[in-house]
Amino acid sequence: MARATSTAGPAGTIDAAWVAQLTRSESSLRRFLAGLPGVDQVGAEARAASLATRSIKAASKIWAIKTAISMVDLTTLEGSDTPGKVAALCHKARQPDPDDPGVPSVAAVCVYPDLVATAKHELVGSPVAAASVATAFPSGRASIPVKLADARDAVDHGADEVDMVIDRGAFLAGRFGLVLEEIRSVREICRSVRLKVILETGELVTYDNVRRASWLAMLGGADFIKTSTGKITPSATPPVALVMLEAVRDFAEAVGPEIGVKVAGGIRAAKDAIRYLVLVNEAAGPRWLDPAHFRFGASSLLNDLLMQHRKQLTGAYVGPDDYSIE
Amino acid sequence: MSWEYSPAPESRAGIGLRRSYGLFIAGNFVESSDGEAFTTINPSNEEVLAEVAAAGPHDIDLAVAAARRAYEGVWGTMRPVDRAKYLFRIARLIQEHSSELAVLESLDSGKPIRESRDVDVPLAAAHFFYYAGWADKLAYAGFGPAPRPIGVAGQVIPWSFPLLLAAWKLAPALATGNTCVLKPAETTPLTALRLAEILQQADLPPGVVNIVTGAGATGASLVANPGVDKVAFTGSTEVGKTVQQVTAGTNKRLTLGLGGKAANIVFADAPLSQAIEGIINGIYFNQGEVCCAGSRLLVQESVADAVVDKLKARLATLRLGDPLDKNTDIGAINSAAQLEKIRVLAAEGEAAGARRWSPPCELPARGFWFPPTVFTGVAQTDRIAREEIFGPVLSVLSFRTPQEAVAKANNTVYGLAAGIWTEKGSRILWVASRLRAGVVWANTFNRFDPTSPFGGYRESGFGREGGRHGLAAYLDV
Amino acid sequence: MSERRVPVTKTYRLFVGGAFPRSGSGCSYVVTTPDGKLLAQAAAGSKKDVRDAVVAARAAFPRWSGATAYQRGQILYGVAEMLEDRQAQFVAAVAPSEALDEAAATILVEASIDRLVWYAGWCDKIAQIAGASNPVAGPYFSFSIPEPTGVVGVFAPARSSLLGLVSVLAPVLASGNTAVVIASEARPLAAILLGEVLAISDLPDGAVNLVTGRVAELAWTLAAHRDVDALDLAGVPSELVTELERAAAASVKRVVPAPPEEPDWADPPTLRRMLSFVEIKTVWHPIGV
Repeated sequence: MARATSTAGPAGTIDAAWVAQLTRSESSLRRFLAGLPGVDQVGAEARAASLATRSIKAASKIWAIKTAISMVDLTTLEGSDTPGKVAALCHKARQPDPDDPGVPSVAAVCVYPDLVATAKHELVGSPVAAASVATAFPSGRASIPVKLADARDAVDHGADEVDMVIDRGAFLAGRFGLVLEEIRSVREICRSVRLKVILETGELVTYDNVRRASWLAMLGGADFIKTSTGKITPSATPPVALVMLEAVRDFAEAVGPEIGVKVAGGIRAAKDAIRYLVLVNEAAGPRWLDPAHFRFGASSLLNDLLMQHRKQLTGAYVGPDDYSIE
Repeated sequence: MSWEYSPAPESRAGIGLRRSYGLFIAGNFVESSDGEAFTTINPSNEEVLAEVAAAGPHDIDLAVAAARRAYEGVWGTMRPVDRAKYLFRIARLIQEHSSELAVLESLDSGKPIRESRDVDVPLAAAHFFYYAGWADKLAYAGFGPAPRPIGVAGQVIPWSFPLLLAAWKLAPALATGNTCVLKPAETTPLTALRLAEILQQADLPPGVVNIVTGAGATGASLVANPGVDKVAFTGSTEVGKTVQQVTAGTNKRLTLGLGGKAANIVFADAPLSQAIEGIINGIYFNQGEVCCAGSRLLVQESVADAVVDKLKARLATLRLGDPLDKNTDIGAINSAAQLEKIRVLAAEGEAAGARRWSPPCELPARGFWFPPTVFTGVAQTDRIAREEIFGPVLSVLSFRTPQEAVAKANNTVYGLAAGIWTEKGSRILWVASRLRAGVVWANTFNRFDPTSPFGGYRESGFGREGGRHGLAAYLDV
Repeated sequence: MSERRVPVTKTYRLFVGGAFPRSGSGCSYVVTTPDGKLLAQAAAGSKKDVRDAVVAARAAFPRWSGATAYQRGQILYGVAEMLEDRQAQFVAAVAPSEALDEAAATILVEASIDRLVWYAGWCDKIAQIAGASNPVAGPYFSFSIPEPTGVVGVFAPARSSLLGLVSVLAPVLASGNTAVVIASEARPLAAILLGEVLAISDLPDGAVNLVTGRVAELAWTLAAHRDVDALDLAGVPSELVTELERAAAASVKRVVPAPPEEPDWADPPTLRRMLSFVEIKTVWHPIGV
C-alpha cells in the first residue's frame, strides 16, 4: 500500500500530512482504500484456524484468563434494562470474584446512553470505565444531527468511553467520504473520551470490506475499532479479528498510533477468549495484550472466565451457581 | 510485556513403542537372516528410540517371494469389492490409532506434532479411503474396460513424510491388485512398522504387504531384485537417477518422485498477508524438508522490500523447539547428516555474497537444529538458488514482469511445484499454463489431497500420485 | 415353568427430518408377508407428510451438498458399518417380507451393504469422471464440474425391499443430493429399519426422508411438487407412470424412468443414476497477464 515519504512520528503521533493528503477528497480516499491489499478468504480463515490450535496451559493459561477478565467490557444492551440491572452489573464489574481479590476488575461497563449516568455513579471510585453506545446503536439509521446528539448526550452524562456505529448503508453504497465525516464529527464530540468505532462486520460480509472499513475508522480518529454490535449474526469471528489486528498493526507502522481492537458478540467461553488473545499476540503483537489495546464486549463470558480461573487454581470443575448471575 | 506459552507436550503414553523391531515379511515380524540391525533415534534429543532389523539381500528375496505368492494366490485374484474392504479397514484403523501414529512420527522424524497430527496422519487415512473406493471401479478409471495389475511392487520412500508416503505408495498399489515390498527410510522406520501391526489387525492376508527396513543398500537390493515387476521410488534426484539406471533394460515399470526447487511467485497485487503465510508455509513447513518446498521466493521488485520486511517480522513469531510440544512450529532436522548438508549450502550462500538473516532463536543443546533462514540479494546462479537444500532456508530473488517471473521460475532442472500469488484471475491462469511444474498452487501452498495428482516435470521425476491419474502407475496399461 | 413373556410390540412410523413422526392422517395400514400373514402396522403417510419431507430435504440440502466429498464418503461408509453390525435385524425383516429363507435373505442384506460401500467410494470420484477441462479454441480456461441437482423424489422398488432401496437411494446421496423416498407399499419394513440406522448415523437430519403408505395416494403429490428437482420412478406401478411423467414436466424435472419390470438388483450398477442427478456446470475464464 502507498506510504507517505515522510516517516511516522514517535509512537502515538499521527503522520498528519499523509492522512490529510489521502483523505482530502472522496476520490483520493476511494483510491487509497481500493489500493489496500486484498484478503484471501480461505487463507485468512486457515491462519485463524491454525492459531486456534495453540495449546495454552498452566501458568500461561492463568495469565490469559486474568488478562481476559481485565479486558472485558461487561455489557447490557437490552430494551428491558433498568437502573437496578445496571447497578448490579457495575457491582460485579468492580469485583468479579468476591472470594478472590486477586481477580482484576473488568475494563468497562457498557450500556445505552440513558443509563450511562447510573453506571458512572455506581462505578465511582473504581478503575472501571463507564462506556455508552451511541449514534443510533445498533442500526445507525438516523439523520446525522440525531446521531451526533445521541453521542453528545452520552458524553454529557459522563461516559468515559463511547462505542459508535458506522453508517454501513453509506459504506456499502461506496460513500466512504460520508462515513469518514461522521466518524470525525463524533471524534470531535468525544475529544476527551475513548472512542470505539463499530464496523458491524457481519453486514460488511467480505474481509476486503473489513480491512477497508478498519482503515476508514482509523483515519477518522478511532481509538478502537470494534467488530460488532452483538445484535446480528455473524458477529465477531476469529478471521475477522485477524484482519482487524493486521490492520491496526499496519496502521501503527504506517501512521504511528497503536489503535485498539474490540471483539463483541457471541463470545461466551473462556476457551474462545484465550484463542482471541493468541490472535492478538501473534497477529498484532504483545504490545496489544492489555485493556488499552484489546477488549471483549461480552456478558456471560465473564462467568466462564471466573469458572475457568477457579478450575485452574483448584483443579476441580466449577458449576454455574458458584457465581452470581449478574 | 510478552506472553510466554507454557510447555504443552503431547503425551507419549500408549504409543506402543517397542524396544526392537523385526522385518515384516509374509505377515510376521522376523529377524534379519544375518542378524544385522540398526538403531533409530529421536533427532530432537538424540535419544535412542528402538533397534530395527536391517534387511540384507536374502531377506529381500524372501520378502519378494512372499509378495509373489500373495499376488498369485490371494490378492491378484481376489474380488475387487473385497480388496476394497481391506483398504477401508486399514483407513479406519489409521484413524483410530491416529494419536499414537502422530506421536511416533514426531519422535522418529523430528517434525512438529501439530503437523503429524493435523496433516500427515489424517492424509494417510484419507489416501487409503480414497483408493479403497477405486478397487472395484477400475473399469471407469479411463484405462480400458478391465485393467490389470502389474504384479509385485518394490517401493522406497524417504524420511520427509514417513507414514504419509507409505500410504501414497501402498494404497493405490493394493487397490489395483498388486502386492508390495516397502522400504522405509533408515532414519524413520517406526510408523511404517506400526502400520504393519495395523495391517495385521486388519487381517490383511500375509505377504500382501511386506516391510523391509534398512539403509541405502537395502533399497538398492530391492530395486534390483528380479522378482520385482514395478519400482516406485521417492527420494533425492541423485539417487533417483541411479534407480533409473539400475532398472534400465529390465522391463520393470518405474515411477519417480524426486527433488525440487519450487518458485513461489509473489506479484505486487498479491493478497499480502496470505502471501506471507504462503511463503512461510512453503519453506518452513516440515522444516523445509519437503520435495515441493517453496525454497525460492520470486517477488515482484516493486513490493520486494515490503514483502521481505513483513516476512522477517512474521518469521520472528515462529516457535522452534520440542517437536512434541503442541505449540512448536519448527521441529528438529531429521539427522546429523542432513543438518550438515544444510549448513554447508547455507555457508556457500554467504560466501557467494548473499545476505543471510535468521530471527533470534535459541537452539536446544542436544539434537539437530537449524533456525529458519532467509537469504536476500541472491543471484540466479548462486548454489542456494539452484540446488535443493531440503532445509528451512529461503532464497529471495526478484522479477519485474510476469514473463520474467516465468522464465526465472522455469530456469531449473527441477519441475515439481510452484506458487503464484496475485488477485488477478487471468494472470493466475496465464502463469500456471506456462510454468513447467507438476503442481501449481495459486494463492495457497502445500495443499495435498488424495484426489489431487502430485508429481514432477523433468528431474523432479515422472508419474503422478493421487487422483485417478495415480492408478496408472500400478496398472498394466 | 415360566410364563410366556409378552413382547413389546413396535410402532412403525415415518422418518422425516431426522425424526419419527406419526403420519399426518393418523392412519396406518397392514403389512403382510407375500402369502398374507400379518407382519406389522405401518404408518400410512399423507400428502402433508410428503410436503413436510420435501421441506426437510430442501433444508438439509445446503449442509449435505456443502460437505466435502470426502465427508460424504465417510458418512455413507459409516452407515455401511452400522448395517453390518445390524445384519441379523435386517435379515429378520427382509426374509418374511420377501418370502425368503434366512440364507437367501442374508445374501441380499450383504449385497445391500456392499452396494452402499460401492457408492460411498464414488463420492470423491464422480467429479473426476463426470468433470472435465475443456480444450476450447481460444485463450480461455474452461472447466466443467458436476453439481448435485437438489432434492430427488425416489419411488423405491416394490419387490426388493432392501437391496433395491439401497440401489436407488445411495446414488442420490453419493452425488450430493437429498432424498424423499416413497417406500415399497407392500414391503416397507426394511425401509423403516434403514431410517432408524440413518437417524443415528452422521447423515444430516432431513438428508433422507422415508415415507411409507399407499403409493397411488402419494405419488402425484411428490411428482408434481415444484420444489423437487428430480425423480426416480423405479418402484412406480406401470399404470401411474405416464401421469407422473406429465406431472414432472410442469417443472422440467430430471426423470429416471420406471423399468418395464423390476430388474435384478444384484446386477452391478452403472453410473446412470448418479449422473442423472447432477448438473454439469461449465465455467470460462480468460488466460492472460
